Amino acid sequence: MTALLAYTIFGLVTGGAYAVVAGGLVLTYSTSKVFNVGHGAIGMVMAFLYWELAENRGLPQWLALLLVVGVCAPLFGLVIERFIMRRLAGAPVGITLVAGVGVLVGLIGVAQVIWPPQARPVRPFLDQLGVHIGQSFVSGHDLVTLACAVLVAGGLYVLLNRTRTGLAMRACVDAPELAALYGTRPHRLSALSWAIGSALAALGGILLTPVVQLDYVTMTLLVITAYTAALVGRLRSLPWTFAGALGLGLVQSYAVAYLPSSPFWISFRAAIPALLLFVVLLAMPQSPLRIGGVRGTRGVAVPNALTTGVGAGLFAGAVVALALLVDSVVAGQLALALVFGIVLLSMVLLTGYGGVVSLGQFTFVGVGAVTVARLGSASPLSLLIGAVVAAAVGALIALTALRVSGLYLALATLGFAQLMDKLVLQSPVAFGVRGSLQVPRMVESATGQLLLAAGVFVLVGIGVLAVRRGRLGRRMIAVKDSSAACATLGLNVRWIRVWVFSLSAAIAGLAGGLFAQLRETVAASDFQLFNNLPLLLFAVIAGVTSVSGALLGGVLLMLLPVLQSGFPAFAGVAVVLLGVAAAGLARDPNGLVSWGFRAWSWRRA
Amino acid sequence: MSTLRVEGVTVRFGEVTAVDDVSLVVEPGVTGLIGPNGAGKTTLFDVISGLRKPSSGRVTLDDADITSLGPHQRSRLGVARTFQRLEVFGSLTVWENVLVALESRRRPAKLAQELLERVGIAEFAGNQADTVPTGAARLLELARALATDPVLLLLDEPSSGLDRAETDAFGSLLQELSAEGRSVVLVEHDMDLVMGYCDHVHVLNLGRLLVSGTPDVVRAHEGVREAYLG
Repeated sequence: MTALLAYTIFGLVTGGAYAVVAGGLVLTYSTSKVFNVGHGAIGMVMAFLYWELAENRGLPQWLALLLVVGVCAPLFGLVIERFIMRRLAGAPVGITLVAGVGVLVGLIGVAQVIWPPQARPVRPFLDQLGVHIGQSFVSGHDLVTLACAVLVAGGLYVLLNRTRTGLAMRACVDAPELAALYGTRPHRLSALSWAIGSALAALGGILLTPVVQLDYVTMTLLVITAYTAALVGRLRSLPWTFAGALGLGLVQSYAVAYLPSSPFWISFRAAIPALLLFVVLLAMPQSPLRIGGVRGTRGVAVPNALTTGVGAGLFAGAVVALALLVDSVVAGQLALALVFGIVLLSMVLLTGYGGVVSLGQFTFVGVGAVTVARLGSASPLSLLIGAVVAAAVGALIALTALRVSGLYLALATLGFAQLMDKLVLQSPVAFGVRGSLQVPRMVESATGQLLLAAGVFVLVGIGVLAVRRGRLGRRMIAVKDSSAACATLGLNVRWIRVWVFSLSAAIAGLAGGLFAQLRETVAASDFQLFNNLPLLLFAVIAGVTSVSGALLGGVLLMLLPVLQSGFPAFAGVAVVLLGVAAAGLARDPNGLVSWGFRAWSWRRA
Repeated sequence: MSTLRVEGVTVRFGEVTAVDDVSLVVEPGVTGLIGPNGAGKTTLFDVISGLRKPSSGRVTLDDADITSLGPHQRSRLGVARTFQRLEVFGSLTVWENVLVALESRRRPAKLAQELLERVGIAEFAGNQADTVPTGAARLLELARALATDPVLLLLDEPSSGLDRAETDAFGSLLQELSAEGRSVVLVEHDMDLVMGYCDHVHVLNLGRLLVSGTPDVVRAHEGVREAYLG
């Protein structure tokens, strides 16, 4: 009984902190219609800033808290709103998501530059206070957390339901132009909601630090829990969001208390937030097929069979020439770039043509790599098996997320990636207790690896273009432009999506197999959840609608760690640049290579 | 020769009742569905084509209950539609738009070209669909719907964006479609078109069925004039 009470209190306290974070997320979403994936990253950076002021510079805790939550975080929210999000108003979900991921990755870079890794203990609030309830002790920090949750809940309710500003905020979501006619200023309101949202992310982050420790990625991804709570409220209802947050806190706390502590259950516990995210998404009502207005995107021109053949020939010639010129180190790096290029080809299909943003594409690479590693031999057959297993996993996610689309689908891929991360890739199931596996190479020399990767890249590239020119390609694009019209033409929109997901996952899995045998040793650390995000950003920056974009993106992905280890001071800055570039370029998914295409067509014109 | 029955269909959006207990029958030929803005015409189309589940009531096609079928299943039974707010596939060419709808058929490329010629927009075949004029885009939606070889064709304001000559050509096309044994339902604000080509007209007002009958009966009905003049 005592234990139950203690775990209940602990769950409510954690849930209270989640509620503060999730409340901010719902506020910004419901007033600006931009789902801020970077919400957790804002909380993370602000928690670091709090540490800097309160622990490193010795400011009183209350002053540091006031400066961070009351001044720095709102200002930061204003900056993000003004320079990134405002430009994206009304943009498709995919674009705002990419911009948000850009902010997230950029902020992690900022934190790494300013606060290099080291242990950073943070004192809890009011640590000399505390009360006993029965035999359980509730610390001062817990009381502060609960008080903050109650205050935030009350404050947001009053703001949205009892003030003119709140009324105007709600009006602006439905019809910003109309609200503007009645004298409200949508920009100002959206800015206000971002300021408050950031402040709440900061507050939640700071409240959670004594529990989770200051860490760049853990804290950033901790908000998957906040996403789940916000989804319980369908991203609109604050009461449901708060209820969801408290429920999540309790479930997690009880899981710690009552689940067995065998290795499987320990990884299961860590997967609970993602599992619940998935459950909540499955319980969402069928999203109606959107009707209203022509949508079209201007992709780069799709080469015909002849151009494709010439391009493939030129590429093959260039690779062979390079293979003869470069030493084995560079050849290995180029091979890696091409393997990454194949991963990006899987995103050209799914995101570029199909318009589906996947935040979990690297997971399929991991599945392919583990499969080949487990088979113990790298042969064309085992690569193929890796691709098939990845395709099956891809079909599974598409089938479970059949009901949802757009933002919810993207979040489902993130939840799924986290689930796979905790339950499979980071647990002994995949890489064994030592956390790494040996894979023999298919061809021994680095030059051979380069030619192998180039051969597969050419084949997959030709395949992707053939799909684009063919029946499935037209259908995918039709579904992206108007799934409602597709359905009335007799096309089964859901099955098309399952196909696209599987095919894309198969390509990523194939790349995973190549990756495993190229590296010779693959480890759990190669497939961390976070790796999904730079992958998406590089895809968009280089160009996610063309094979050339995938090639360029692969080279950039390969170069990033090379540059970072060559210039350690530059490591964090590179990540910041990556985030900023993605947030800026999100508008044009045709990416950098499309500038090249345009220059080429001008020259010919 | 197909008969569509809408039986006691009601659609509520929260507090608002957009379609209120509407029952009507659509026989082969051209049927008009008219009424002032907000009468519930497009919502009724959404219900018939399966894009929206009614709050209550049922829809039958040739006595088979199709209320619980999804839109793609209804399409395979021969229900096709166009959209008031255009839903062409903007990233594809005009020709590809039609091709998408008939790829399970034989010789789809040629059929697509023929359909574009039939509705009179073959000149736009190679253009990206979000760049063509509104009138052409509406005809493209018609061609695309015809690609499924429908028995029941729901056209939502097809003539807006067409000039006089194009509207006349469209009227003749309606007669051809009707002569082929298809049931065509026309939501239209162009009264000349409705009165000139429809065999039967249903009038909706504020979600309720006001009157059904031949164009002459509807024209003479007092309530119709009031509904339009407010």
